[in-house]
Amino acid sequence: MSSFIPMGPKVAVLLPEIIVFGGSVLVSIVGLNRSKTLRKSVPLLAVCTLLAALVAIALGYSNEAAEQAGVLMPHFNKIIKTIILVVGIGLVAISVGHIDRRMEDAVARGATTFDPMRVVRGEFYAFMLLSICGAMLIPGSPDLIWLFLALELTSLPTYIMVAMSRGTRRAQEAAVKYFFLGAMSTAVFLYGFALIYGSAGSLQLNTIQKVFSAQIESGGIDTLGMTGFILCILGFCYKLAAAPMHFYAPDVYEGASNPVTGFLSFIPKIAGFSALALLLTTVGWTGHSIISETGTVVSGLPAPILATLWMICALTMTLGNIGALLQKSVKRMLAYSSIAHSGYMVLAIIAGPGLGFEALLFYLISYGVTNLAIFGALSGLQKRGEDVERFEELSGIARRYPGLAAWLAIGSGSLMGMPPLLGFWAKLMLFMAGIQAGHTPLVIIAAINSAVSVWYYLRLIGVPSFSPPGTSSEGVIKGPSSWPRFAGAVAAVVVVLLPFFASRMLGNSLDFSPVRPASTVKPVNTTTEHVPTEKPTQAFDTALQRSPHVEQAQLALHCSPTRL
Amino acid sequence: MIQYLLLLLPIISALIICLSSPRAAKWIAFIGSIATFIAAAIFAVQFPHWMTGGFWPDLRTAPILGQFGVDLQIGVDSVSLMLVLLTVFLTPLAIAGSFSAITTHMREYYAWFMILLASMLLAFMSRDMIFFYVGYEFTLIPMFFLISIWGGPMRGPAAIKFFIFTFLGSVFTLAAVIFVAVRHFDSVGTWTFAIADLVKFSSTQLSDKEQFWVFVGLMTGFAIKTPFFPTHAWLPLAHDQAPTGGSVILAGILLKLGTYGVFRFALPMAPMGAVECTTFFAILGIIAILYMSLVCWVQTDIKKLIAYSSVSHMGFVVLGLFALNPIGLQGAVMYMVNHGLSTGALFLCIGMIYERYHTKDMDQLGGLVSKMPVWSFFMIIFTLSSVGLPGLNGFVGEFLCLMGAFVAEHDQPAGYPGVLHPWYAVVAALGLILGAMYLLIMLGKIVWGTLREPHGDAHAEHATMELPTDLNFREIAVLAPIAVACLAIGLYPKPLLDAVEPCVKEVLVNYPAVIDAYNAKRGLVNPTAPVQKVEASQ
Repeated sequence: MSSFIPMGPKVAVLLPEIIVFGGSVLVSIVGLNRSKTLRKSVPLLAVCTLLAALVAIALGYSNEAAEQAGVLMPHFNKIIKTIILVVGIGLVAISVGHIDRRMEDAVARGATTFDPMRVVRGEFYAFMLLSICGAMLIPGSPDLIWLFLALELTSLPTYIMVAMSRGTRRAQEAAVKYFFLGAMSTAVFLYGFALIYGSAGSLQLNTIQKVFSAQIESGGIDTLGMTGFILCILGFCYKLAAAPMHFYAPDVYEGASNPVTGFLSFIPKIAGFSALALLLTTVGWTGHSIISETGTVVSGLPAPILATLWMICALTMTLGNIGALLQKSVKRMLAYSSIAHSGYMVLAIIAGPGLGFEALLFYLISYGVTNLAIFGALSGLQKRGEDVERFEELSGIARRYPGLAAWLAIGSGSLMGMPPLLGFWAKLMLFMAGIQAGHTPLVIIAAINSAVSVWYYLRLIGVPSFSPPGTSSEGVIKGPSSWPRFAGAVAAVVVVLLPFFASRMLGNSLDFSPVRPASTVKPVNTTTEHVPTEKPTQAFDTALQRSPHVEQAQLALHCSPTRL
Repeated sequence: MIQYLLLLLPIISALIICLSSPRAAKWIAFIGSIATFIAAAIFAVQFPHWMTGGFWPDLRTAPILGQFGVDLQIGVDSVSLMLVLLTVFLTPLAIAGSFSAITTHMREYYAWFMILLASMLLAFMSRDMIFFYVGYEFTLIPMFFLISIWGGPMRGPAAIKFFIFTFLGSVFTLAAVIFVAVRHFDSVGTWTFAIADLVKFSSTQLSDKEQFWVFVGLMTGFAIKTPFFPTHAWLPLAHDQAPTGGSVILAGILLKLGTYGVFRFALPMAPMGAVECTTFFAILGIIAILYMSLVCWVQTDIKKLIAYSSVSHMGFVVLGLFALNPIGLQGAVMYMVNHGLSTGALFLCIGMIYERYHTKDMDQLGGLVSKMPVWSFFMIIFTLSSVGLPGLNGFVGEFLCLMGAFVAEHDQPAGYPGVLHPWYAVVAALGLILGAMYLLIMLGKIVWGTLREPHGDAHAEHATMELPTDLNFREIAVLAPIAVACLAIGLYPKPLLDAVEPCVKEVLVNYPAVIDAYNAKRGLVNPTAPVQKVEASQ
């Protein structure tokens, strides 16, 4: 490509991904070792890898270097990577012991003989790390090819993980279904990428942003580019499990084993959302209305994209919640709930940067941690070496495992938005962002939906705690490893305690600075076209001015046009 | 600092209960709630604004989402403080009333009870919208567990219905609050959720239409919680199925969260929205009073009868609130306190009967005065208080609510015009007769007449329950303080009314002008309206 990217900062920025990738190679090698002790240390090794990557971000990541390396939103990149790594550690922890327990159970029952070479399969964790690595690469993509490869790197290992997570036929079916539909969605957004390339004449996101800003100034994005964007959004919907590409989710989530379901409901989702955010940045998802030198007001998102997202948001929330109401299987219910939460998060995307940005990040954190608590508890249980997945199987387990029932209850409370748990604050931010951006109708739809969701989340609280133990819950015992239960416990504690530190956490995330071609546009305080009654622009500017963190970013945003 | 102690004591006792033995749980809960009561009493004595209105202590602390103005700010005015006192007064009695009724999962029961106490106190004491909402909403969780574990045979559906109805309403309340906060941010430039700031902003800066929708949003939640007439469907089942202690708290305090919300948020925040809806809600109040009285009349289950009577009584509160004059609002606040006392006590009485006879069916009980004179004495007192007999507490609120509605006309010379008509009060007053009818019929059936006891050997059950035929000392000690309070408020309500008055006037500060303007639009000009006030509202 035309622009020269220096190697030094690029490596510095990518160091965490390099560590995770190296870790995945290491894990797959150690996983083949003869000594069982060494093989058993594989999850620990994976966790250490992720911790090392976290350290690399904390020490080595600088927004300037990332900007130099062509990263469009350096701070966003950093936060997304951190979230992925932290939740990733939990996801590794809840899958410990899971792949092998069927085997161990069969051996314990005498159904088969012990085969040391089939115990502890390290490659599972290698795939997990690869997928995490792919998700981490997305928010920092400088061009479309990179974005495409990163999205594929996120998805491909998950297909294998679904297939190997359980020995049942349903898992195979789920994997095949997931793979084919995933390939189709890839085709959809790849076609979108191609059209965007055709319209913009470049694969570099920076250049695309410049081209589309110019196009918007002169009357709007051409049909080719717009079609490309709509196709991309639809393709990403598959990763988000958002309508109209959500149909696979219940079957796949049900077919995969519990920890893998937990993985699927978070990592592809955060990957999809960062890809969506990244792509929308190139067409005005900037939080600032921009005014060209000729005086044309350039509003936030172009109308067709806004309308598409609006419908996706409303449909996803509603279909997800209605679907979840009807389920008998916990995992199908959680799949639909995951769809519904994607819908809420799309609201944050629509609300745009400023509050929308923070709402999205906060919601992702909240959803990731809460998911860990629920899937940690579910993965900590087993029935004859198999997953616990129907509501009947959970009935009355609070009497035997009060801790696990409590994690489930805290998790569902947080998902339904019960104050003072984490999910409530996330929803509060989301509603604030939505109302501020002038999308009160969507917020009301979201509010009704979160009230509807109470019904099925209450079952997840009520069935383990109040139902008498029945025949189907008899054989339910603790899983072989205590890691998942421990991870669930930690996540539940975080769900309860994190709100008290939310202030500090958000304070850090406020100072993201989307880098834009400052030469052609300058930000002004204008009411946008799509939001006639509200003034998000002004509001966000005031927010920026109030925060000491962002003075520098603000300086960069406001002053650069004059300087140039 | 005593205000934080007030919130922490229940939480600390809940933690201690979790770590203690099941047998000790009830005593720890009782001591914890008594300690909370003492702390609240000290707080009330220190409170300087009894007669002047205003909030105390006015501190801003513990930012949770500091950037967005969400601070844990604790403070009360005399209305909040009265409800706080009601809460800490009823809770130890409800706990003591549960001693013999709760025999399983004792630790969990009392721990949830203390958490319930903490969240109710948070809701009444918070000066921040979000923390009010946190307390308001979190009461659902302990109540959900109390009903689901220790409730009657229909406890599952009852708990779920209760939870979903209330949650559904309160998300709209939250949306309305956020809307006001966002509008505040848009025009002022700072985030805040402090009630005082938002009320001031919303009542003066928002347009007619915005105020209308804010009011509708807020009322959706509060109307379901109170409950107003068409949204009461969750209440009978929840009250009926809850354990005695749960019913006492549910009827005595949780329902007041709804009317407190109307008083504290909906009315002051959106005066223009409120006057638009006044007629609608006043009519709903009257329907509640009359229709629910008729429903009560045909009940055979005592607990259900009292539950439906709560909806009917809340109708009076609604009417008083929407009279939009000081008399009506004072009456509404008084009614909130008095209804808490008398209905709470009635649920305790019914619980004592249920523990002895294991039935709540009026057809199976009768003439208990000959067997349980002490119980009958208390039952009669509380029923009469609920009926609104002059000299007992129920009368004060009921009379003031009706009087408020009666004088809520457009041409009131007293300075507080209203949008209602004397006919509203006249029709609502029929509820007094109906109320006396169904409550006295209940009394006649179970207290007087020939002795009827359920089939089976009641005495054998007494032996197993270790309860005497009539009330034991503990039960008398539970009921007596409430009876004394009922009598005291009924005979001399003046201090309470005086304390409420400044707060009420603060709530109504924007109303005379807004109402005059609204009435003028309808062609009803107030001859006594000060001219500059009309101008100010335009």
